[in-house]
Amino acid sequence: MQSPTAAREFPRPSSLTVVPGTETAQSAYPYYMQFTREDDARFWFYNSMHFPEPMSAFDMVTAEAAYCALGAANTRVHCLPTTLGIDYRILNGRVYIGGNGVTDPAEIARRTEEFKQRAFYYYENWETLYEKWRAKMLALIRDAQALPKVQLPEFEPLEHVRAGRGVASNHYLLETYQKSLEGYFRMWHHHFEFLLLGYGAYMTFFAFCKKAFPEISDQTVARMVAGMDAEIFRPDEEVRRLARRAVELDVHEHFVEGRSASDVIASLQTAGDRGSEWLAELQKSRDPWFNINVGDGFYHYHRSWNDDLSMPFAGIPGYIRLVQQGESLERPVEKLQAERRQLIADYRELLGSDEERGAYDQMITLAHRVFPYVEGHKFYCEHWYTNLFFNKIREFGALLAQHGFFADTEDVFQLTHFELESAIVDLMTSWSTGSPPRGPQYWPAKVAERRAAIKQWAQAETPPALGPVPDIIDDPAIVMLWGITRESLDTWLAAEGAVSNEIRGFAASSGVVEGPARVVRSVEEISRLKPGDILVCQVTNPTWAPIFQKIAGAVSDIGGSMSHAAIVAREYGLPAVVGTGSATSRIKDGQRIRVDGGRGVVTILQ
Amino acid sequence: MSHGIIGWFEDVTLRDRAEVGGKGGSLGELTRAGIAVPPGFVIRTAAFEQFMHALESAAPVRTRVAALQPGDLENIRAVSGELRARVRGAALPDAMADELRAAHAALLARGAGPEIAVRSSATTEDASDASFAGLQDTFLWVTDADRMLERVRECWSSLYSVESISYRRDRGIDENVVAMAVVVQSMVDARAAGVMFTRSPTTGDKSVVTIEGAWGLGSAVVGGEVTPDRWVMGKITGEISVRDISDKHVEHRRASGGGVEHAEVPGARRTTACVSDAELEQLRQVARRIEKHYGCAQDIEWAIDTRGSLLLLQSRPETVWSARDSTPAAQTAADPLAHVMSIFGGRR
Repeated sequence: MQSPTAAREFPRPSSLTVVPGTETAQSAYPYYMQFTREDDARFWFYNSMHFPEPMSAFDMVTAEAAYCALGAANTRVHCLPTTLGIDYRILNGRVYIGGNGVTDPAEIARRTEEFKQRAFYYYENWETLYEKWRAKMLALIRDAQALPKVQLPEFEPLEHVRAGRGVASNHYLLETYQKSLEGYFRMWHHHFEFLLLGYGAYMTFFAFCKKAFPEISDQTVARMVAGMDAEIFRPDEEVRRLARRAVELDVHEHFVEGRSASDVIASLQTAGDRGSEWLAELQKSRDPWFNINVGDGFYHYHRSWNDDLSMPFAGIPGYIRLVQQGESLERPVEKLQAERRQLIADYRELLGSDEERGAYDQMITLAHRVFPYVEGHKFYCEHWYTNLFFNKIREFGALLAQHGFFADTEDVFQLTHFELESAIVDLMTSWSTGSPPRGPQYWPAKVAERRAAIKQWAQAETPPALGPVPDIIDDPAIVMLWGITRESLDTWLAAEGAVSNEIRGFAASSGVVEGPARVVRSVEEISRLKPGDILVCQVTNPTWAPIFQKIAGAVSDIGGSMSHAAIVAREYGLPAVVGTGSATSRIKDGQRIRVDGGRGVVTILQ
Repeated sequence: MSHGIIGWFEDVTLRDRAEVGGKGGSLGELTRAGIAVPPGFVIRTAAFEQFMHALESAAPVRTRVAALQPGDLENIRAVSGELRARVRGAALPDAMADELRAAHAALLARGAGPEIAVRSSATTEDASDASFAGLQDTFLWVTDADRMLERVRECWSSLYSVESISYRRDRGIDENVVAMAVVVQSMVDARAAGVMFTRSPTTGDKSVVTIEGAWGLGSAVVGGEVTPDRWVMGKITGEISVRDISDKHVEHRRASGGGVEHAEVPGARRTTACVSDAELEQLRQVARRIEKHYGCAQDIEWAIDTRGSLLLLQSRPETVWSARDSTPAAQTAADPLAHVMSIFGGRR
């Protein structure tokens, strides 16, 4: 054990080297993301929670847009007293971030006055502002949906000419691209408009509970606060609804375990009116509820249920069986609400005085007030909008591939968003001049080099943190969003080089279970899951819910006890440990493991 | 209200503590609260008084103790030896012996089994829960009425042990107020037994129940002869947050012919949990009921018999954390929003 007071530090940024042979790929990222000598003096940590894999050049737009918006909210809009924004750097495709704390007491006092005028106004007018937020967000989604299809006809369509449009199609490529990018950056401002305030109100109640009840589990506090009708439950509820409708319409025999979604749909298309009626129901569910990504939505390859129906369809046969056994599959919302009320009342009763109970009431009231946003924003931002955005970029990829820039549509994500704009201008120019574009000579080699670099980076060692360890972590953003404390850094330092059959993470959903591990790296593999298996994956999110009925437990590399996966796992009573950092790399497929969801420990048994 | 020397559990409460002792009062209280306790009765302090009165009429007892100097171990030892022998050897007054035999028969008639436990139940207020508790006696698997009478005198005589006399002399306790009640109750044929606390012994958390248990009788756990299995459960939620299953090498169990033997636990049973999750859930629920009944944190002894029934043997107020002046986690604020500054305001 390391003494927590010992002066210890992680490797300095300057001591890390770019993986040999990938220097050009590394230099593709913008200059302001590259480490410099000055960065050695600061503490950085690897943001494995949001960016667990090397980032392709385009995907870095998520870090850029998110930190631009997060920092603006903290530094300039709500003026958090003790912290400004989050700085970020990229090395070997990995995103390192560092807080920017405020330590001067006079400056903290000045910012505190600003904070109270701003943040308290938000808390006081939360419902009204949140309603406005939803309207803004839905308008933004509508704008993104209304963007024209990305295409370049050989000749300008006659109707454009006769309508006197006067602006040719190549210009609209640029406009659509810039609007897409602008919308994505704007979306992240919406994302952070309430986020820190929401988490802060929740953390206030959480910290109180931990003080009043030192051994209370994170999950219990979460259960006292979590909403019952949050958007995150909807996608899975829609799958259940579709299973119910399949039985009601008597088309359930088309859903055979293991049959692909497209085969099921083809078979329903030949099933007459009732088949068509079910497919119409499917359409209703898809828009908008299947706009949910299999992953956190930060990578272009986190596709949505709408892009790939295999996830929701994998759940339907199991639900159909439950319906046939007489289960309603409706979430017992009233019962869950009554249970939550009882839980809150029971803990309240344990408090020592009316003074404490008064404070408890004040804090939980505020936590309940902010929580619909905390739970709901992800569906609109990280899922629905992000999905629209990446698919729009994919349209540019297809067009550029068609013009010889790329061998494959997906290659577009190997360009930074600046480079992509240049490629689009290249194509626009070529379309106007009638000369061939330059890109086909230029991009394929770069794309190949960058793809190769990402493969190498994925294998390279990634220190969890860099630079000197701060005495205390007093940055509410870092504590709240990443769960990083001085104690967790000491654990990281102690864990360097340690060998153990135990993997620790966040206790997400209590219960102890043993079973064979099924290490699943992509949605295509979900058919390998058998009843009683323990799902081991990088990110568990609500999109996995339809298969929760089948498995015995879940373990993920990424996620916190308040993550949506944790909330859904608790509702299913499925033991789960999330945020282990390394489960998918340390656990081998088929190994027997024990998941202790109450303690947050996974043990490899063989 | 005049009492006989016998008080059945269902007729006594903690308010009768001066006459039935802490243990007896607690068992009465639990019985009356509808909690499963092995049936039994308390031999009130009046019996001890009558017995001592008879004994004093032959030769002085209390004045002999009162005359001892604190720390005079040599004389304390001599007087203790003499007085204990007298208490153990003297016959009970006939009427008292008859009444006790009748109560014993009535207890057996309740069908809880032929064997009983005889336990001392102290009335001294100060430190009765802590240091003094260890100075008294419990006799298990007592097989018949004659042996019961012997054990009752044995309990009484423990008041004149060297430790007990020293303790009183050191504190200047008046010998005339010293008295003892004795609990007689059906013996639980324990498959597993232990203790539980309705607060965390380590953090004082009121939202957890800490349960410790081992195979056989609880005496092995209470006496520290075995490392018990240990669980921490959410008092409200029932979540099991700690589950330490230990190597329980020994168990206290019934010896053939009465009394207790210490038996080695064989093989895999040593590292098998002595209580199932369903039983833990029962323990949690009963802990909550008892705590609610008393309105304060409790330190509880429990047993699960060979038929799987959960029985409570003792409950007393938790003293360590209750004595600590805990600062409230937060005060009600004039502006409810002010609380968020505990997160946003910085810790410096």
